[in-house]
Amino acid sequence: MSELTLTVLRFGLLALLWFFVFSLAAVLRGDLFGTRVVSRVTTQSGRVGSPAAPAAAPWRNRPVDNIVVTSGRLAGTRIPLGDNDILIGRNADCHLVLDDDFSSGHHARIFPAQNGWGVEDLGSTNGTFVNGQRIAEPVQFEPGAQLRIGRTTIELQK
Amino acid sequence: MSIVTSWRPRRGRNVELLLLCLAVAIVTIAYVSVEGATRGSIPANLGAQAGGLLAIAVAIHLVLRFTASYADPLLLPIATLLNGLGLVMIHRLDIAQGRSLTEGMALRQLTWSALAVGIAIAVLLWLRDHRTLRRYTFLAGAAGVALLLLPLLPFIGREVNGARIWIGLGPFTFQPGEIAKIALAVFFAGYLVRTRDVLSIAGPKFLGMQLPRGRDLGPIVVMWLISLAILFFQKDLGSALLFFGLFVAMLYVATERIGWITIGLLLAAGGAVIAYTLFAHVQLRVLLWLHTFSKDALDASDQLAKGVMGMASGGLFGTGLGRGRPDITYFAESDFIFASFGEELGLTGVFAILTLYALLVERGLRTAIGVRDGFGKLLAAGLAFSVALQCFVVVGGVTRVIPLTGLTMPFLSSGGSSLLANWTLVALLLRISDQARQPLADPSSSGPIPTLVTSR
Repeated sequence: MSELTLTVLRFGLLALLWFFVFSLAAVLRGDLFGTRVVSRVTTQSGRVGSPAAPAAAPWRNRPVDNIVVTSGRLAGTRIPLGDNDILIGRNADCHLVLDDDFSSGHHARIFPAQNGWGVEDLGSTNGTFVNGQRIAEPVQFEPGAQLRIGRTTIELQK
Repeated sequence: MSIVTSWRPRRGRNVELLLLCLAVAIVTIAYVSVEGATRGSIPANLGAQAGGLLAIAVAIHLVLRFTASYADPLLLPIATLLNGLGLVMIHRLDIAQGRSLTEGMALRQLTWSALAVGIAIAVLLWLRDHRTLRRYTFLAGAAGVALLLLPLLPFIGREVNGARIWIGLGPFTFQPGEIAKIALAVFFAGYLVRTRDVLSIAGPKFLGMQLPRGRDLGPIVVMWLISLAILFFQKDLGSALLFFGLFVAMLYVATERIGWITIGLLLAAGGAVIAYTLFAHVQLRVLLWLHTFSKDALDASDQLAKGVMGMASGGLFGTGLGRGRPDITYFAESDFIFASFGEELGLTGVFAILTLYALLVERGLRTAIGVRDGFGKLLAAGLAFSVALQCFVVVGGVTRVIPLTGLTMPFLSSGGSSLLANWTLVALLLRISDQARQPLADPSSSGPIPTLVTSR
């Protein structure tokens, strides 16, 4: 075996070793971004966890409305509204899980309506209040309106 | 406040297969360059040998596909590459020592590798949930201590090169301390997960640091005494350091109190001083460490000096495999295999190897972060840390950072017990990482409900 071949092998081995290390590092990148933080919008198909799916694309382009918790334990929480309903209550399967003794398991629902958003009480014990008025049927949720559930106040922001 | 959706994680099995092929290709190239440099020709049965190695690796890969499909995709390729590189280096030293293939160490190492992978597969098949191990906490503890004590028994205990850490049954010799490492990690994890609440109760405050209460010092002092006993009876500095370090690290992971590390370091320092004043062999080790090239040290042993000179002659890119003289150093295939690589692959190659170890440990710690039960967290962190500590003790000893102690480099060094233990360790990590990376019961089947995560 010629000297040249051996030299090529020698440096080729070192290069390959480092290539291997960097391939590992490339796979590792998943760790750095391991928990993907995305807006609370799911795709049409309802598949959690395919944020790259085409169905999720349109909302990226239009201005996103947010609901913001303005008072209560979760004050400061902001949830972007998408194509799906937002369930509010104490149950763990709600989108906004309230740690509030005065709210029911499934307390209220915010849903996409004709022009904007609507809010509906889901038969809660202590009622849902929009601008101080207890609601009995689904009403329009205007931007700036105060939605009160137990000791939590939620506001819709553009 | 942020919203974190769980999405179907990539299993990474195909990536793993790709990396495995790459690892085997690297080992094959290393093998070809050894043969080319020493014998001047490509080995005739190269294809068969490379294929054999690939078959061993793919066997465990297939088991992962079927029984642990979410397991970490990096652990297996790293272990395979390190094991393969070790094989090549041992084979290269066989050639230098003039040993034929049948009587050489490489064949024995290959047999042990196959056996070790077999045991790893058995562990993966038998242990479907790592939490099962928690039931055997105290059994594992007893087994670990028994394994540590085995070499002290008459008849089967063997003293090799001053350290009584071997047992021999007929032609077979075995270093039970390596297996004890895993048994003790299981024991520590099971024990600490029960006692962590008590052990993390705050005691007196000292220099702005929360120390544990005096009455909770029992376990760490017991562990310290056991380590000193290993040092005293088996004259094995490395194992003593490994077991004590493992305990202190897991104690810290369990309680999150820096105070335990401080106490551990103080106890270790105290133990080191006691050992230095009492034992002649420790004094010799320190002399060899601090004054490697003095006349006294060279008269006693020139092993470390030769290893250091070997690495120096390797330089930045090494002499090339088969072109150096690593065989001059004693134990070039076990304790000093790192120096052998330093000589023939140079700083560049050695750093690549160290990075591989770092990644192996990182994957272990990442598994510990990801897994959801406390026992699994502690076990994964302990196993990962034991690899890290062992590498530090070996590489630190060879490069004169700390006194040289006899431990094996995981996967690289020649030695059946070390291979068995480390493949088992990787199998355990794979099993835990499968649980760590598995998604929870899919919430999307009952509607689009992401989890709400509050960040402070």
